[in-house]
Amino acid sequence: MILLGHGSGGRLSHQLIKEHFLPHFVNPALALLEDSAVLDDLAFTTDAYVVTPRFFPGGDLGRLAVSGTVNDLAMVGAEPIGLSAAFIIEEGLSFEELDRLVVSMSLTAKEAGVPIVTGDTKVVPKGACDGVFITTAGVGRIDPGFRPSPVKVRTGDVVIISGTVADHGIAVITRREAIRIEGELSSDVAPLVPLVRALRDAGLEVHAMRDPTRGGVAQSLIEIAAASQSRIVLNEKAIPIKSAVRAACELLGLDPLYVANEGKLLLLLPDARAQAALKVLKSHPLGEAARIIGAVETGQPGLELITTLGGTRRLRMHSGELLPRIC
Amino acid sequence: MTSPREQIERYLRRLADWRGDELTFMEVCGTHTVSAARSGLHSLLPRSIRLISGPGCPVCVTPVSYVDHALALSKLPEVTIVTFGDLVRVPGSSANGPEKAPPSLAWAKARGADVKVVYSPLDALELARELKDRQVVFLSVGFETTTPVIAAALQQAIDSGIENFSLLTANKTIIQPLLALGTSSEIKIHGFLCPGHVSVVIGSNAYRSLAEIHGIPCAIAGFEPLEMVRAIVALTEQVSQNHPRVDNCYRAAVRPEGNSKALEVMFKLFEPCDSVWRGIGEISDSGLKLRAEYRKYDAAQRFKVELPPVLEPLGCRCGDVLRGVISPSRCGLFGKSCTPDSPKGACMVSSEGSCAAYYQFRQEDGK
Amino acid sequence: MCLAIPMRVISVDGNLGRVEASGALLTVALDLVEGVQPGDYLLVHAGFAIARMDADEAQENLDIIKRLTESPEP
Repeated sequence: MILLGHGSGGRLSHQLIKEHFLPHFVNPALALLEDSAVLDDLAFTTDAYVVTPRFFPGGDLGRLAVSGTVNDLAMVGAEPIGLSAAFIIEEGLSFEELDRLVVSMSLTAKEAGVPIVTGDTKVVPKGACDGVFITTAGVGRIDPGFRPSPVKVRTGDVVIISGTVADHGIAVITRREAIRIEGELSSDVAPLVPLVRALRDAGLEVHAMRDPTRGGVAQSLIEIAAASQSRIVLNEKAIPIKSAVRAACELLGLDPLYVANEGKLLLLLPDARAQAALKVLKSHPLGEAARIIGAVETGQPGLELITTLGGTRRLRMHSGELLPRIC
Repeated sequence: MTSPREQIERYLRRLADWRGDELTFMEVCGTHTVSAARSGLHSLLPRSIRLISGPGCPVCVTPVSYVDHALALSKLPEVTIVTFGDLVRVPGSSANGPEKAPPSLAWAKARGADVKVVYSPLDALELARELKDRQVVFLSVGFETTTPVIAAALQQAIDSGIENFSLLTANKTIIQPLLALGTSSEIKIHGFLCPGHVSVVIGSNAYRSLAEIHGIPCAIAGFEPLEMVRAIVALTEQVSQNHPRVDNCYRAAVRPEGNSKALEVMFKLFEPCDSVWRGIGEISDSGLKLRAEYRKYDAAQRFKVELPPVLEPLGCRCGDVLRGVISPSRCGLFGKSCTPDSPKGACMVSSEGSCAAYYQFRQEDGK
Repeated sequence: MCLAIPMRVISVDGNLGRVEASGALLTVALDLVEGVQPGDYLLVHAGFAIARMDADEAQENLDIIKRLTESPEP
C-alpha cells in the first residue's frame, strides 16, 4: 500500500520508482533518471505540484509549478522554450484564488523567459482533490557544448551551492497546521534559468548540476555520488544557512541537509574552474551567497560530512516523510 | 578566549590520557544519541571510551501493545488520533502477520483512519475545540520532560470544559530503569550521561541515590557535542578518582531540585505506576498514569476496544540494544530485514532510536 | 529524549509568552514556569516553556552553538 512517505523523495520514493515504474517504462532516455529526459537536442520534463498551504511566505503553488519544471530543464543545461500547464481543480475553489495562482505563474514564466504554450483544466467533485493541483511539463533546447550530467563528476571536482539551504521546506512546514513558527522564514522558490544561462555564457566546464528539492542537499548529492561512483565530502561548517531557519530546524528536530530547496543550485566542476564559477554566481541576485561546500575525493563512493565538531559521518538517503519530532 | 573547537580538543586530549580499562558510558537520552551521531562524536572519542545508547527514546521503549491499542482506537469512527511525529511509523503487533506492510499509524492513516501529527499537545487541544463532534485522543508518551507539558494541556482542557479530549498514556520515568541497568550483572556501565532536559524537570538531586548508594558515576549533559564531551570528561574523572557523584554539567537549565512547578502540575494529574519497557520488561513504579479522579480523561477507560495478542517481531533484539548488551549491528535483522524503510523494531523507527541513528549516521566500519 | 532549545522572551501576555531564537519567533505556554519577564531565557519543549534558564549561561550556551555552527562569510 502506498504511504505518504512514498512521495517524500527519499528511499521509499526510490523504491516506488524502481519497483513499480521502471520495469514497465523501459527506455534509454528514462534510464538515466536525470532531472529531464534528453531526446536528441531537446530536454523534456514534467512535474506535478501539490503543496499545503498554497500560499506561503516567499511564494505560492503557481510560482512553484513554473520554477520546478524550468529548473529541471536548466539542470541538464537546456534553455526552456515552452511549458504546458494542467489544472485539476476541486469544485468550490474561488476565482480569486485561481487568478492569483495563474498571475503568479505568468510572472514566474516571464522571469524564466519561457512561454506557457498549452494547457488543460479538469474540475473534480469536492473532496476528490485538495483545492487545486497543477502539473506542468517543459521542453528545452540543449546546447551541445554545455551538457552537465552526474556521470561526468570526477575526483578533484568541488561542490558549490548557490545560496542558503532549507529555506523552502521550513517556510512551508512552519505554515502548515499547528506549527506556527514565524520570523525570517521565506521560501527561496525561483526559476534558476537566468543563473544557468550566465554559467553557460561564461563557457564554464560544469560536470553536474542539480536543484536540491525534495530530500534536500543530502539527497541530491547522494544521487550524484551513486551515479558517478564517487565519494563526495561536504564540510558542514561551510554550508550556508539562515540563522532563523537553523533555529526552526532545531525546534522541529529536522536536519537542514534533508529539507527542500526550490531556488538553489548545486554545481560540481573542476577545482580550477571554481573561482570563475563563484564569480559568475555571485554577480547574480540568486547566487549572491554562493559558496564552496565540499569536494569529490578518492575513496568509497557515497556522501560524507565533516561535522562542525570535526567528526565524520556518512549521509544516507532519508527513508520517509519529514515529520516534526519532539524527541 | 578559547574557541569551542579548541575546548573540545582540550577535552578530547584529556580523554586520550585515560590509561585504565575500557570504559563504557551510557547516554540515556535519545537526543544525545542523535547529537553524538550527527556530530560524528564517536569517531573522535579514544578507543578506550565507549559510548552506548540507553533506554531514553520514548518511542523505542514503548511496548508493541501500546501501538496496538492506538491502532485499535484509530479504527473507531468517532476517534481522531493526535500524536507527536515520532510515533507515526512504529509498527504494532501484526507486523509479523500475512500483511507485508507493518500496521503503523502511517499505515492506518493511508487506510482512512483520522491521524494527525502535532508539535505540541496544545495543538491537540485546539483540534478538540474545533472538531466538536469528534473524540480527540492524544498519544501521551514521553519522560518527565514531556509529561508535565501533557499534564498542563489536560489541565487547560479541564479548565475550559473540553470533554472530547482524552489521553492514551504510556508515560515513563527515568530513574528506575537506570537503577535496573546500573545494577544489572549483564553489562558493566561505568557511568551515565544523564538526560539534560529530563533533569531540568526532576533536578540533579534525583540521581543522588544512583551515585551515592549504588556507586554509579552520573553527569548531566546538555545537547551540544561540546557539552556532551565535557560530561564524558567528568565521568572519566569520577572513575579515575573512584568517587561516584552527580556532576551537573548543564547548570544553565538544571537545578538541584528541578522545576517544582512542572513537577506539581505533573503529579496533580498523574501518579506512579508499574510500567512495561520494551526489551526490559516490567519495572515497578517506572511509569505515570492518570490519577483516579482524572480517569475519565483516560482513553483506555473511555473506549473499550479489543486488542490483538501481542506479537513481538521475531528475531528482533531491540531489548538487548536498549539495555546496552549488544550494538545494533549485532542484531541479525539489522540492515537486512530491518531498515528505516521497513522497521521491525522500534529502535529502527524513531530517528533517535539507537538502530536508526546507527544506520543513518555511522560509517560502515563504525567503532 | 526531548528536544528543547533556549529562546529569549520578547513579551508576556497572561500564560503566553512570545519568544525568539536567532530570528525564529514562537508563542509558548508559560504554565510550567513562574515569574517570567521579557529578556529571560526559556527552554522550550513541545510548545511549553519547561524551565527558565540562567541568563548568562543561556547566552554562553547560545554563543557556543553560534560559534560552532557559524560559517565564515564568503
